[in-house]
Amino acid sequence: MSTVVSYRPSATLPIRAEVKRQASRRRTQLALGFMVLLPIIILLAFEFGGGNGDDDNGGGAFGSLVDLATSGGLNFALFCLAVSAGFLLVVVVALFCGDPVASEASWGSLRYLLAIPVPRARLLAVKLVVALGYSLLALLILTATALLVGTLRYGWHPMGSTIAAAIPAGEGLLRLLGIVAYLAVIMLVVAGLAFLLSVLTDAALGAVGGAVLLWILSSILDQITALGSVRTVLPTHYSDAWLGLLSTPPQVDDLVKGAIAAICYATLFWSLAFWRFTRKDITS
Amino acid sequence: MPAKRLTRRRVISGSVVLVVVAALVGWAVWPDRAGWTSADERITVRTGPADAESVELDARLYLPRDRDGRVPAVLLAHGFGGTKDSVSDDAESLADRGYAVLTWTAQGFGGSGGQIHLDSPDYEVRDAQGLLDWLAARPEIKLDETGDPRVGVVGGSYGGALALLLAGQDPRVDAIVPSITWNDLNKAFLQQSADTTATGVFKKTWAGLYFGNGAATLAPEPAAAPVPGQDPACGRFAADICAAYLQLATTGTADQKTLDLLRKSSPATVLGRIKAPTLLIQGAVDTLFPLSEADANAKGIAATGTPVRVAWFTGGHDGGAGPQTDQDRVKYLTVQWLDHYVKGEGDAPSDSFTYSRVAGFSALDRGLVTNGYSTDAYPGMSGTGRTQVSLAGPAQPVANPPNGNPAALSSLPGTGGRLSELLGGLAADIPGQHASFQSTPVSSAIEVAGAPTVQLRVASPTGEATVFVKLYDVDESGAKTLSAGLVAPVRLTGLPASIEQAQPVTVTLPAIVRRIDSGHTVRVVVATSDQAFLTPAQPATYTVQVGSSITLPTVVGTPIANPQTVWRWVLGGLLLAIALGLAVVLLVRRRLRRRRHDETLEEYEDTPLVVRGLRKAYADGFVAVEEISFTVARGQVVGLLGPNGAGKTTTLRVLMGLTMPTGGDALVFGHRLMPGAPILSRVGALVEGPGFLPHLSGYENLEAYWRATGRPAADAHFEEALEIAGLGDSVHRKTKKYSHGMRQRLAIAQAMLGLPELLVLDEPTDGLDPPQIAEMRRVLKRYATDGRAVLVSSHLLAEVEQTCTHAVVVNKGRIVASGPVDEIVGESPSVQIAVSDVPAASAVLSSLGVKSVVPDGPSALIVDMNGTSRSEAVASLVKAGVEVDRVVPRRRLEDAFLALVGDNSRGSGDR
Repeated sequence: MSTVVSYRPSATLPIRAEVKRQASRRRTQLALGFMVLLPIIILLAFEFGGGNGDDDNGGGAFGSLVDLATSGGLNFALFCLAVSAGFLLVVVVALFCGDPVASEASWGSLRYLLAIPVPRARLLAVKLVVALGYSLLALLILTATALLVGTLRYGWHPMGSTIAAAIPAGEGLLRLLGIVAYLAVIMLVVAGLAFLLSVLTDAALGAVGGAVLLWILSSILDQITALGSVRTVLPTHYSDAWLGLLSTPPQVDDLVKGAIAAICYATLFWSLAFWRFTRKDITS
Repeated sequence: MPAKRLTRRRVISGSVVLVVVAALVGWAVWPDRAGWTSADERITVRTGPADAESVELDARLYLPRDRDGRVPAVLLAHGFGGTKDSVSDDAESLADRGYAVLTWTAQGFGGSGGQIHLDSPDYEVRDAQGLLDWLAARPEIKLDETGDPRVGVVGGSYGGALALLLAGQDPRVDAIVPSITWNDLNKAFLQQSADTTATGVFKKTWAGLYFGNGAATLAPEPAAAPVPGQDPACGRFAADICAAYLQLATTGTADQKTLDLLRKSSPATVLGRIKAPTLLIQGAVDTLFPLSEADANAKGIAATGTPVRVAWFTGGHDGGAGPQTDQDRVKYLTVQWLDHYVKGEGDAPSDSFTYSRVAGFSALDRGLVTNGYSTDAYPGMSGTGRTQVSLAGPAQPVANPPNGNPAALSSLPGTGGRLSELLGGLAADIPGQHASFQSTPVSSAIEVAGAPTVQLRVASPTGEATVFVKLYDVDESGAKTLSAGLVAPVRLTGLPASIEQAQPVTVTLPAIVRRIDSGHTVRVVVATSDQAFLTPAQPATYTVQVGSSITLPTVVGTPIANPQTVWRWVLGGLLLAIALGLAVVLLVRRRLRRRRHDETLEEYEDTPLVVRGLRKAYADGFVAVEEISFTVARGQVVGLLGPNGAGKTTTLRVLMGLTMPTGGDALVFGHRLMPGAPILSRVGALVEGPGFLPHLSGYENLEAYWRATGRPAADAHFEEALEIAGLGDSVHRKTKKYSHGMRQRLAIAQAMLGLPELLVLDEPTDGLDPPQIAEMRRVLKRYATDGRAVLVSSHLLAEVEQTCTHAVVVNKGRIVASGPVDEIVGESPSVQIAVSDVPAASAVLSSLGVKSVVPDGPSALIVDMNGTSRSEAVASLVKAGVEVDRVVPRRRLEDAFLALVGDNSRGSGDR
């Protein structure tokens, strides 16, 4: 008898157990709650914020998104996604993916999980799957809430943009889901980076902050056109490519490139995380 | 714990990463060595009607750096107002492809001499012939025969017309690629869209821009003094051109002299003589030379059997170079054409016609995105099919504003490249000055490519009228778009005063490429003014009525495969590769793990723990455990005793699978321990203090822990564990509010969940009060029954002595003593004797035959009795007159332990 009869390595740390572990934490509840709150705050801002602001000439697609935000539920959801994509989603994804391993390490509970024993690769895989699940959930909650409150307030209308003709509501919903999917893929970079840092450090804050910091750094570098073709390999270079889904027919070339970059980065970061975690001495 | 030190290995690997990153960045930004060389030349050529004059041209010859013998040449002409420098990018790219490229500044511009004759066959075309002679004399240039270089002529706009005119005048030209150029200057600048013989409407803005451009280039540099004999009104324009412009711009109509002059500079006159295969590239966003100009050129050249190919792109004099995909396509077509007809490489280009249509904005750089299409043959202006769209609207009066002010806005000539504005709602009509005729929403999308036609009836009290016909695409929300800002100017004469008597004329609108989506409406607007054109100064009110329908030519092209689609395959391949890689890694891991974990040492199968020669050295060289070996058998409570830093915790970490040993191994029931070894499921542990989720209660923590084991709740024995923890109601409080001792007890309870056969506890009594310690001793002793075993580490001698059945004493990573506690705690052969006179006592005792006498402080001796009884020793001392203060028997464990720590109260270092 090499093990306890009821022990099976593949049954340790069930996904459900990890989901519960994270769900009971305040930061999970707050992050998800804020995803519900944000569209409502934006809606209230539109309602009471004084309508005809002479906004600074509103150039570019972003300005037009502001103008169109109140034209229907789809546009409102689009606007909410657009304002969140740059920073809020990054922080939330970094929080969900950067925290789980590092916080277990800092509580000292990581070594007890490993002594159960939860195989290290399994522990990491379960933590990763659950973190990605929560990240996706946050994104979906944000979209669904925005769509719901936007539609209740502004009605169900075709999705408009100044880039191209209005898109019929049915197809517009598909495009919106496409945008959500693309954002989810792009966020894999943040997820990968935060997760790697989470494995490398015992400080959850360091992992979350580090991932956000590097993301911002990449965004800044991407603004420097003098860097030329180096910019195309930056993880944030294609982060706005989802705007291509607003034109008819949708322009997916940049989305494809963005997805390739994101998947490459995420795979690299996760591979490093697994490679490191399955070999290192747990010192926490 | 080992600190992150700046070890040699880290420095090296860090430097390597830094160097690699720097090298990659450097490689990416390092400029390539150009594949060509260039030299500026001043070339003097004969020019003028009878070659009577000579002019010096500012030229530059690009030669491929690695050329094999003589190379074919390309004459690359610039646009109006440019110089040889404005085509340097194209020149470099052609030189890179193995052509000798000769660029020059046309006479009248930049650093060249002479005057602007508007591509006159007597001047600019002669110059180009002179350049052909010059090329033929160069040793680098490939020749067809003596004096006849192998040469293609490429140019846009002004340079494009030169290419056509030169090919019509000089048979030495082997191929031409004229782009965005004119067929007939008269038609271009006096545009007439109706099928009538009346002179067209003067395109004043463009004409003014061009004239101003030529006049502004008075001299290459700001001239120190005015050039003698130069009319400031004319700048560097030749006198006849200048006079023609002034006449045209003043009256809005051309006299015969002007017509003849402009006609002379038009390729239309020489098309029948062009034998050089011609690739015509024309822009769809061009209000100066619209697509119809290239159409006329294509028809004229093709009539003689010369190969002609036509391509449209989304750009032109208004639209600029167009989106990158269009630029790439045009470049590809140009190179393909030259390679076949000039260089003699590659298959003959097909006759297929390619064009592009705007798809929207690029999300990243805000530029336009177009989709390319191709058809087997050039369809001309009338498309391959046609769709009639009914128009409704009564005859409407429209006012011609005096002096054409205010005027409707359709395009912004000369701003160049502002495509986005042309696509948006730039066009504006003035109320009262336009009539509008609208269709019902179209039921299915119409892919317009070509020149729409519509019937128009106009009545005018003056007998003449100038109107502008525009085609708007109006979407569901009412936003209207004037495709590419193109309008059809119409000038009619001999009109009746009443609309009933007006005869219909057919108006051919400028060719457009546009998809009118289903649900959109088509609106035809007839306006009296346009800022780009010269309209009659006299106010008048016309009545206009368009026919009942508009004919839209359609072309259904095959989408050109976007080279970017390759990335989709890359993405698919990437995902597949990752999936495969993951599967391989998982399979290999599973196989490896099974093999490793199946290794069992039969002889230890029933022994809870065997540690053999364990060693742990950290990467920075620190050795935490030198060599430790011991055994924990069933029923034993083994104490691992040692000072702080002796290596106890490191040993326990290895037993937990947290740390990899660098030598030796640990066997649990015969299975070798390694991280994640399933045998760990039979071990319960408390190592280095408790670790709990602070936001959960003690009970929830135990539950969460047990859930993580994936084992049934019945196996956990929660009740027993909670009883051991003894937390009472506090078990439902959050653990972050627990005291140290409470947490410690909960951690021991957690270690005992599932009643593991081997319990490993690191300093279990840390933080407990004396009654709890006593209770804990009982618990541990009781636990080690039924074949279970307990390993306890401690730095307290008393604890081990009172709790354990066996003890292992470690120091500095090595075992100092081990065995049953009874045995080592039992009487030791040595005693401590406190005496009044140490030297005397030593002498007495030595004479008794004891093993050793060691002074212990100023008034005590430690004596290894070696069989001598204590009573005999005391009697002998007393007899010798030495006072014996006390005799203390010593125990072995204490001996061992004090021997370790007694000498050095600082312990054995930070381990």
